[in-house]
Amino acid sequence: MFIGGSMKLKVKKVQRIDGVRESFYFPAIFSGLRLTVKHFWRNLFGSKDVVTINYPEEKRHVSERWRGRHRLTRRDDGFLSCVACYMCETICPSKCIHIESGEHPDLSVEKYPVVFNIDELRCVFCGLCVEACPKDAIRMDTGIISMAYTSRETFDFTRDLLRDNYDPKAHANPKYGDYDLPSPSSQEEALPNSQGVPAT
Amino acid sequence: MEIILEIIMIPAVLATIKILVIILMFAMPLGTVLTLMERKWSAMIQDRVGPNRANIGKFTGHGALHLAADGLKSIFKEDTMPKGADGFLYLIAPFFGLIAGVATFAIIPLAGPIGDFTFQVTDIEPGLLFIFAITSLSVYGAVLAGSSSNSKFALLGGTRAAAQMISYEVFMGLALMGIFMVYGTTRVSGIVDGQNEYWFGNLIPMWGVFTQPLGFLLFFTALVAETKRAPFDAPEGESEIVAGYFLEYSGMRWSAFMLAEYVALVGVASLITTLFFGGYHIPWLHLWESAPQWLVTIMQVIKFSIFTLFFCWFQIQLRWTVPKFRFDQTMSLGWKKLLPLSLVNVIVTAFVILAFA
Ligand code: SF4
Ligand code: SF4
Repeated sequence: MFIGGSMKLKVKKVQRIDGVRESFYFPAIFSGLRLTVKHFWRNLFGSKDVVTINYPEEKRHVSERWRGRHRLTRRDDGFLSCVACYMCETICPSKCIHIESGEHPDLSVEKYPVVFNIDELRCVFCGLCVEACPKDAIRMDTGIISMAYTSRETFDFTRDLLRDNYDPKAHANPKYGDYDLPSPSSQEEALPNSQGVPAT
Repeated sequence: MEIILEIIMIPAVLATIKILVIILMFAMPLGTVLTLMERKWSAMIQDRVGPNRANIGKFTGHGALHLAADGLKSIFKEDTMPKGADGFLYLIAPFFGLIAGVATFAIIPLAGPIGDFTFQVTDIEPGLLFIFAITSLSVYGAVLAGSSSNSKFALLGGTRAAAQMISYEVFMGLALMGIFMVYGTTRVSGIVDGQNEYWFGNLIPMWGVFTQPLGFLLFFTALVAETKRAPFDAPEGESEIVAGYFLEYSGMRWSAFMLAEYVALVGVASLITTLFFGGYHIPWLHLWESAPQWLVTIMQVIKFSIFTLFFCWFQIQLRWTVPKFRFDQTMSLGWKKLLPLSLVNVIVTAFVILAFA
């Protein structure tokens, strides 16, 4: 019920410290100096308190639950677990998964993805694809948290790049010194020993 | 050999050599190194690592190469001038501060005299009055830069700088009045020698900081305000008026402003050392009577440098500790608190001197 004029505005009184001690600034300045000088001396000899992570050389620990770049898991026999059911493509809010299915020689599997592209530039890393997958075929636990490449096409990850036998170190780009990925046009050369997916 | 010596001993030549040595080997290098040191030290204060990326191959020198990188960068940067700027004033403004900062070193003695030879460019009679005249010149740098840039932020910064520096100038002089009274001279060598005496036998050296503790605090505050560094950096006011009076500058001219700030910082530190911490005099050294002259001179230079470095460090520490004053707070602190205090200091000093003389 609205109580007309009897409602009172709440006023919060801020406690201000006034007086001689405060208005001469020196006590406050000296207590501040004590703190900063303490940090200065501690860090002058051995950087004891420094919290900086020197990024490219040192990397922050990534939690197992961090949603990083996707990977496609494989079954025990080495085939992709994905059955090309389009669940992930359907639920993806940014419409960045593109799948084309093909017929699997093993009749109990029925389908497998001939094309499985994820445009990591459009992906918002919501993780819905992982939750939607009935086969636990797609995961985001690679721990790859930064993807920086020089062309848009590179971000369009294809099936073979997403497959979890991909070893980024083996394909490091010597020019940038990072784990740059080969451009999709040269995947065949980059991954000569493709395994785990049957020949199409 | 003799001829060379004779030429060197001509006063004008000698003064030129001293100027070159003091400025090129003391003031400028220290100022330049401090630009890097401030970044490194502030990083330590704030638990960061500071600049450490500039490298030649694997060598980074813990960030020392950033000095070279910064220098190279500002040399090759375009020297821009905004449309409608007052060309001539805009171009010369950066150097006022630099000249004023460097001129401070003209009267600062680095070591005691050996015979006729002094480690001081000139020991003029007005001494500190010269310093006041010169430091007030540096306000022109800020005002001209602000008004000639044709930018409202720069103009605001310039106005603030003018108001702040003129008001702090007032009690900077008054704060030193006590020193003049205690040592009875404005000549720098007189003040330095006056600090070589002792109270209670040989117990306490008569350093300015002991004879004039309040004067020291006031003078130090005034000097920090003169250099426009935090907590008195309202003229720069990066959170309100972007960069204040040097907002429009780029390249080497911007670097001149930066260098002027750090040269002024070294100037402040050496002034404080000279006037309040015995200058080059090492306390109780006179007890060691057989000390060779050359050793004493070297020790004096080292003592002076250590104290100067300490006060450079202290100003940087202060900047990274104390938050900025609002501009009206700066003004009311100057006129309503520090000015009366310095007057009180003058009067009390006068009475004490009268009572004990
Ligand atoms: S994480 Fe989200 S946006 Fe990215 S592919 Fe999966 S469903 Fe789409
Ligand atoms: S990854 Fe999972 S959800 Fe997506 S098509 Fe394959 S099996 Fe279906």
